[in-house]
Amino acid sequence: MNNEHFLSVNDLQVHFKTADGIVKATDGLSYTLDRGKTLGIVGESGSGKSVSSSAIMGLHQGTSARIEGNVWLDGVDLLTLSPPEMRKLRGKEIAMIFQDPLSALHPYYTVGHQIAEAYRVHNAVSKKHARKKVVEMLELVGIPQPERRFDGYPHEYSGGMRQRAMIAMALINDPSLLIADEPTTALDVTVQAQILDLLQKLQKEFNTAIIMITHDLGVVAEMADDALVMYAGRAVEYGPVSEVLTHPEMPYTWGLLSSVPDVTADTDIPMVPIPGNPPSLLNQPPGCAFQPRCVHSSKVPGDLCKTTMPDLLPGSHGGSGHLTRCHLPNPELIYETEVAHDVTPTQSEER
Amino acid sequence: MWAYAARRVVIGVMLLLALTLVTFVLFFASPADQARHACGKQCTDEQIAVTEKALGYDKPVYEQWGMFVKGLATGREFPADPELKKTHPEFITDCDAPCLGYSKTNGKTVNYLIGKAAPVSVSLAVVAVVLWLAFGVSLGIIAAVVKGSIIDRGIVGLTLIIYAFPTFFLGVFFLKFVVVKWGILAYPGYVSIAEGGVANWLNNLLLPGMTLALVFLASYVRMTRAFVLESLGEDYIRTARAKGLTSRRVLFKHALRAALTPLVTMTGIDFASLLGGAIITEQVFAYNGMGKLTVDSSQAWDLPTIIGIVVVAGAFVILANIIVDICYALIDPRVRLG
Amino acid sequence: MADTDESQTDGQNSVDPSEVEDAPSLDEVLQQSHKPTELDTTAPPVLTVDNLRMYFPVHSSGVIRRKVGDVQAVDGISFEILRGGSLGLVGESGCGKSTAGRAITRLYKPTGGSAKFGDRDLVKLSTRELKPLRRDVQMIFQDPYSSLNPRHSIGSIIGAPLRIHNMVPKKQTLSRVQELLEVVGLNPEHYNRYPNEFSGGQRQRIGIARALALQPKLIVADEPVSALDVSIQAQVINLLQDLQKEFDIAFLFIAHDLAVVRHFCPEIAVMYLGKIVEIADRETLYQRPNHPYTQALLSAVPDVKQAAIGGRRERIMLEGDVPSPINPPSGCRFRTRCPLAREICAKVEPPMVQIGPRHKVACHFAGELGNHPHDPVTARMLGVDNDGNPDPGATPTEIEETPGFNDVWFDLKERRTVKPS
Repeated sequence: MNNEHFLSVNDLQVHFKTADGIVKATDGLSYTLDRGKTLGIVGESGSGKSVSSSAIMGLHQGTSARIEGNVWLDGVDLLTLSPPEMRKLRGKEIAMIFQDPLSALHPYYTVGHQIAEAYRVHNAVSKKHARKKVVEMLELVGIPQPERRFDGYPHEYSGGMRQRAMIAMALINDPSLLIADEPTTALDVTVQAQILDLLQKLQKEFNTAIIMITHDLGVVAEMADDALVMYAGRAVEYGPVSEVLTHPEMPYTWGLLSSVPDVTADTDIPMVPIPGNPPSLLNQPPGCAFQPRCVHSSKVPGDLCKTTMPDLLPGSHGGSGHLTRCHLPNPELIYETEVAHDVTPTQSEER
Repeated sequence: MWAYAARRVVIGVMLLLALTLVTFVLFFASPADQARHACGKQCTDEQIAVTEKALGYDKPVYEQWGMFVKGLATGREFPADPELKKTHPEFITDCDAPCLGYSKTNGKTVNYLIGKAAPVSVSLAVVAVVLWLAFGVSLGIIAAVVKGSIIDRGIVGLTLIIYAFPTFFLGVFFLKFVVVKWGILAYPGYVSIAEGGVANWLNNLLLPGMTLALVFLASYVRMTRAFVLESLGEDYIRTARAKGLTSRRVLFKHALRAALTPLVTMTGIDFASLLGGAIITEQVFAYNGMGKLTVDSSQAWDLPTIIGIVVVAGAFVILANIIVDICYALIDPRVRLG
Repeated sequence: MADTDESQTDGQNSVDPSEVEDAPSLDEVLQQSHKPTELDTTAPPVLTVDNLRMYFPVHSSGVIRRKVGDVQAVDGISFEILRGGSLGLVGESGCGKSTAGRAITRLYKPTGGSAKFGDRDLVKLSTRELKPLRRDVQMIFQDPYSSLNPRHSIGSIIGAPLRIHNMVPKKQTLSRVQELLEVVGLNPEHYNRYPNEFSGGQRQRIGIARALALQPKLIVADEPVSALDVSIQAQVINLLQDLQKEFDIAFLFIAHDLAVVRHFCPEIAVMYLGKIVEIADRETLYQRPNHPYTQALLSAVPDVKQAAIGGRRERIMLEGDVPSPINPPSGCRFRTRCPLAREICAKVEPPMVQIGPRHKVACHFAGELGNHPHDPVTARMLGVDNDGNPDPGATPTEIEETPGFNDVWFDLKERRTVKPS
């Protein structure tokens, strides 16, 4: 039992059985998170970042998913709970907001009704009381004229307002863990800034632990305390944001940094892509999943990258808190000499 | 919404008039001699000429159509002959507005004929639609919830097998076994509610209604199943589950409401087309509904009756569509009529 | 779940033995990745868009449906795209950038204005007259999943434009298709595969090959990379840069992502609610934006560098939402959310004024961030006082709103027209 941390995910596996074989959507994933802190999980589609978080919510119950490992939340292993027990926690202790707030809200019911439903399912209160509570929440998340907006339908809300309403729905039962699955990806940048501000403000107020799933390293840099980079269902780099994003040690993280030019940086940085395509989660080869796309694997002696999957171990920089899954013997040096200079000059300049 | 309905009604009326015009033109374009058919086989040329004049068949098509439209608005008299009216008022048949015409073949106004036949078809359609919705939708939901199981495959397979049988076979099958052999129900024959009360009316409609419903059952099961599955895959279902709702509430409150909306359209159109008559079922059970009237009047070249049926059946379809659209706006807040 | 589904389809070809290769070396990758595209400002314009308008009528809901107004999706935008150059059209959802692209490619019939392509006006041509021009102007779409017909092999998808326009003899269609596949970095032997066998990035390459088939002079790319994973976005952008250089194609690059646009486009126009608010070369727009909306957009982008410091960067927060384009605000359309808005902004629409060699802005208080003037720079040229009321004493200057740039411009500091020495 692990009581040190509020949330502690231990060797989580989510496997789907399909006609073509077993899809290892998430494999051997471990992390911890404390109240009031934010973990940013970064990865591309198919990296397992959403699947693993849905497993914490128990949303895979009733599907073909096979889930193993432990998810300790406040001393309880969520994976051992029965479906009715898990249902009582969903929406109350653990809440979730999704990428596309328009499709995540039911088009036929008013926004107020849908939020009130979330409240009433866990609290035996009258409709009138629930309405009062919802209006309070709507006001808290910055929706103007909440009394009137209560009776509005999702399609009458703007994108930003919808996501605010989703946040109100998620936080109405004062959950201790909030999973935000790409909460701003479908929104415009100026609205994204508003929503991120709101999340930070509310996190302080409610002391919520947040898992922020995103593909945007900028969002992680600004929102998260810890960063977890996922590739092909596994964590490849994990540690405090200030470590992972300033002294990245895994070539995939380097690639992510170099393929998105920074708007505030110099205008003449090249855009260095990661070659190749995302891997299949079926029949994974024995070695490092990133090896086929890794431009640095030639620096590892022998066939190590192809034959042996590296373990997630403390790297050379940042001590035991910064874990990487890579065979490179001296990633820090390679980053300093080859990558940082060519790829992200602003970062090396700052040092 | 009312402005929308009013606009749709206006368009519908214009559509109906166009429909009658097309029917007129088609009939007069055919080589058959209308007056001869109306008068009967034994008529002399002279009698045919009189009939032609009396029914207005000597006039050009557009004039006849004009008279028809006028009759719809103000009513007509058959034959339209002021002199005959003075001498022999008993030969004149009054046809009040909205006058659909006069069937010389039957010696009755079309309004009378349709007035007799429509309640039969409407009753049959109502019973059938209730049956197929009740069974089709519930079986479809069950199949969707237990997707991939034996029950799912059984429901879908069985309804498909039933669908494969022709209507007349099902009808005759029911008559032979349920009525004759097992004697569960009496031989059906139409009894109106006014004559025999609701129970009697329903009792007599059960078999033909079931026959008709079975035809539609398979498609409603499959559609319901598909819509429910689609709806269960929506993001808002995930949201509902993430809230901690029970699976029952997720299904009934969140999934079904969205899933069943498209069925409103299908039901409305299928129901409306049945109001115009279920030809085979009516034949098998010897019900004198709109379907039978259609067959009889077509065979007799009874133009006025056919036009009357076209107008009434068309009106049913148009009305059903307007009602479906209004229902949609009531169910789905995103739909704005206008 | 969607996550796993996607990865399965994505994975299908990565297990294909013909594609399992060793990763390229860093040098190879660096060689293929380009610096931002530079612009040859002396090149002649390929496309000159002048005062382009695209309205969609709004009808009443009475018994008789009257037209009661317009959605002014695009309301008078002007710009030039130089040969081999690319203009980025940036803005948030609903600003009209995609509508503008569709109006130029004539997927819509524009309400007014002109779009001169060579000596012909794309706005005025009839559908039949357009057909030969359709070759020269091609489009790439955002969603690589829905813009390819799943029932056609990619050979037939790429070959369709060749056949329709009789570009090559029938026998040579296949070899030309294979050539195109190679150009966009796909295996030419895969012409008989179907779209579902390709990953998102590869599908976008197919879409690009289709657009290239007719050797266009102008490609309108509507959010070509926003549906792709970040690592793939950079691949596609680099590919587009290669193609642009090789075939001398001009691009109108529509995107909401300022970072991507900056890399690909030497010139960028920022749109808000149907109008262009600022247009400038890359350097100026990103380093010294003068319009408060551009400044807000740039400041809203989350910053990776913040990781070193922790927390969030100070930024200009825009309040509220974009107003409806049916009833846009009077005067300046941005004024309802603008931190600088004053009385004049509601009364007079700010004209588009050239304030640098390749820099135009439409704002009464144009200025660099933190250096916005206290009184409107535009008052004198508009003939109004500082509150926007007509000033009988002032004589309005003729403001020439042309699509391109002039040799002389209005200097914001000196408040007069200057000529560069």
